Amino acid sequence: MAAVTPLLTTSKLSRNFGGLRAVQDVDFSLLPGEIRAVIGPNGAGKTTFVSLICGRIPPSSGRILFDGADITSLPAHRRVRMGIAYTFQITSIFANLSAYDNVALPVQRTLADGRSRRTVHASVMEALDRTGLAGRAHTLAGSLSYGHQRLLEVAMGLALKPRLLILDEPTQGLADSEIENFIGLVRDIAKDGTVLLIEHNMPVVMELAGRITVMNAGRVLAEGSPEEVRADARVQEAYLGVAAHV
Amino acid sequence: MAFGPHLLLASLEGLVTAAVLALTALGLSLVFGVMRIVNVAHGEFFMLGAVLAWAITTAITGHPALGFLAALVIAPLLVGAVALVAERVVLRRLNYNPEATIVATIGLLYIIQQLALTFYGPEARPVEPPFNYRILLPWFGYSGYKLSVVAASALLLVATWLVLTRTKIGMVMRATQYDRETAQAFGIPVERVYAGVFALGAMLAAVAAVLIVPISQAHYLMGQDPLLLSFIVVIIGGLGSLRGTVVAALIIGLSDGIISVFFSPTLAKIIATFLVAMVLVFRPQGLFGTTAR
Amino acid sequence: MKGEASALKAYGLHVAVIGLLFALSFVLPPYHHGLVARIMVLATFAMGYNLLFGYVGLLSLGHAMFFAAGLYGAGLSVYHLGWSVPLAFAGGIGCGAVLALVIGLLALRTSGVAFMIVTMMFAQVFYLTILYFARWTGGDQGLVVPQGSRVMYLGGASFDLTNPAVRYRVALALFAIVLAVVLVLVRSGFGRVLVAIRENEERTKMLGFDTFANKLAAVIVSGTICAAAGAAYALLFGYVGSSFASVQYSILPLLWVLLGGAATALGPLVGTLAMYYVTDIASSYTSAWLLIVGVMLIVGVLFFPKGVLGTIRQRWLRWLP
Repeated sequence: MAAVTPLLTTSKLSRNFGGLRAVQDVDFSLLPGEIRAVIGPNGAGKTTFVSLICGRIPPSSGRILFDGADITSLPAHRRVRMGIAYTFQITSIFANLSAYDNVALPVQRTLADGRSRRTVHASVMEALDRTGLAGRAHTLAGSLSYGHQRLLEVAMGLALKPRLLILDEPTQGLADSEIENFIGLVRDIAKDGTVLLIEHNMPVVMELAGRITVMNAGRVLAEGSPEEVRADARVQEAYLGVAAHV
Repeated sequence: MAFGPHLLLASLEGLVTAAVLALTALGLSLVFGVMRIVNVAHGEFFMLGAVLAWAITTAITGHPALGFLAALVIAPLLVGAVALVAERVVLRRLNYNPEATIVATIGLLYIIQQLALTFYGPEARPVEPPFNYRILLPWFGYSGYKLSVVAASALLLVATWLVLTRTKIGMVMRATQYDRETAQAFGIPVERVYAGVFALGAMLAAVAAVLIVPISQAHYLMGQDPLLLSFIVVIIGGLGSLRGTVVAALIIGLSDGIISVFFSPTLAKIIATFLVAMVLVFRPQGLFGTTAR
Repeated sequence: MKGEASALKAYGLHVAVIGLLFALSFVLPPYHHGLVARIMVLATFAMGYNLLFGYVGLLSLGHAMFFAAGLYGAGLSVYHLGWSVPLAFAGGIGCGAVLALVIGLLALRTSGVAFMIVTMMFAQVFYLTILYFARWTGGDQGLVVPQGSRVMYLGGASFDLTNPAVRYRVALALFAIVLAVVLVLVRSGFGRVLVAIRENEERTKMLGFDTFANKLAAVIVSGTICAAAGAAYALLFGYVGSSFASVQYSILPLLWVLLGGAATALGPLVGTLAMYYVTDIASSYTSAWLLIVGVMLIVGVLFFPKGVLGTIRQRWLRWLP
């Protein structure tokens, strides 16, 4: 393990909102090629934590390293350019643009040759294909079904060709059949990328994640393989325990 | 005149400006604070108050104080009614969307201005003050009416403050300002509160105009300067803050009075406008406001 | 491919519009000939405004300062410095571009209502500055650019800009060039980013776009186009006046664009034409043209928030750019 350099490291990362400590002294590291799930009860600080990583909010203190470079004070759009992509928890597509244009935006940014219409077209269709949306390229994104909108969100993330893809509750509101497809898609992405996943749906987490980080009250409570986490007494008490009693 | 008395005179003039400005700006600030919209036609409500005051004082014969008192009551009521109609017919249908309401109130500004030009005419007309008492200071005599304007404004400001902080109406307004949805959920008739606030804002401008018209005459374009100055006051004082509005009005009024005695008024306006724009760019919460929610 | 066909239709339509305007120059009676020339210059101003308001969604209430920067930049350099027409035109555009850069850097720190008020205030400062330096600018009287200095020499040929036929064609050329520039721009990747910022700025940022830089670029292009219209106005119609810098001339382009249809390529022309002809017809009945402007603003924002072409695009012609 020690031989591999982590893709992402945070040290003593904290963020306060007024008096509330949303994220507190989080030391975290992520290896290339991992699928990592972050779980924890509501208000544990998961979304704040990944927002700090992708630069949507600045940290109160601590450091973030990505691929060996300090990105703590880098603006969000520069981090995206380094390869950190974030898909929003609340579906956040461009409703008044076609699905095609939604994906063309990240494509034209990523391609060095983004000015050529032909290359953009090929890459857009590839990303739409992978998410099964190719047939709906010219539909207005706002009139897609909810499940398709979530997939479009992922397609936009994919089109950035990220080295680290952060998915914030991607399966929320999806039907069971859609979740099946989704799990396949994430595995596919992880072949040549790293995935950081916030997820409430435990079966999805257990099936996908190589390792799990459990957060509670802004801190990391436990970390390990799905089996280790499942066996951890503190986790059971803080989080799974609630479900176990039901 | 020596420098000291000159400065005193400038300060007195500034105080009158500040008093009227505080009332006008308070109206703009209330509308912005509670309804979250910018009323570009606010200056036209001011102008309308002055023009109506002229019409009323001309219609009522006898002692000038009689006509003036009538104007002081009737003009704001009429202006409030106009505002109420505008709120019902236009703003409510736009669902108080900030950008659409700006465009709509610009339209309102043109309509009111044109109607004033058509029915009142392009002349500036004087209104006789209710009394002509000169207070004799050792260096110069000063209009007693001007000082009474300051007193009347102060009285109205205190009254508004009491209504806002001590009455149920004020509490309902503050609740609506704080959170529209929650207020609605608690059974507060938000639409009626909005209509009332918009009318009240217009009436404050109209009262200010009636008070100042014996000093500065009525003219159909007189709404422009109060609008700009009110913007400045509201921005510097912090949007929606009553105390900030009054403090900022004092600063702007006094400095405007003093600067325009010693410098060119155009240059004074250039500097003031530029500085306020910079405040908005670098400190959008105003100089006295707390950080935005 | 679907996209290619609609692109052809779109370009065809615009070529046809330019052709129609050119053909009109032979048949219009003198009064309308002059009016349409003026409308084409002002529609260019509106196109510059539309780029920012329609596509990026930034509502500025201060665009008169960019028009006036071009107007005074060109007019004063001819009047005081005796510059030649092409040089003065370039000078006017340069003034607008620099002003747009400075204003953009400052005003884009704000958004929404604050952006409107800040732009309005900067424009007011600009307007008052013109009045303050009345010795050079002519104050609210303005200046008349002498006829003799409005002749353009280009490659041996001379164009007398005081001649109505020449004036019409120069105005048309300006309009056509800017229309082409705007069309290419909004159909490019840059245009797609601008629309994305209008729709959801936060999301655009998270796709790796520097939204501030893109908005700044849009303000500069928009301001430069408006300045080009202003510079052309000074040289073609020979008058520079402070009323063009007043808040009214910041609101008029908004009105034209709203009327014609925000974020449509031809909306500014349709809006300006409609507005001018409505006031022209109305002014033969009443002098109350401000009333008409006011009512049109309110009716427009209440019932036709998408404008003439925006409504047509929504209902019938999806391909309309």
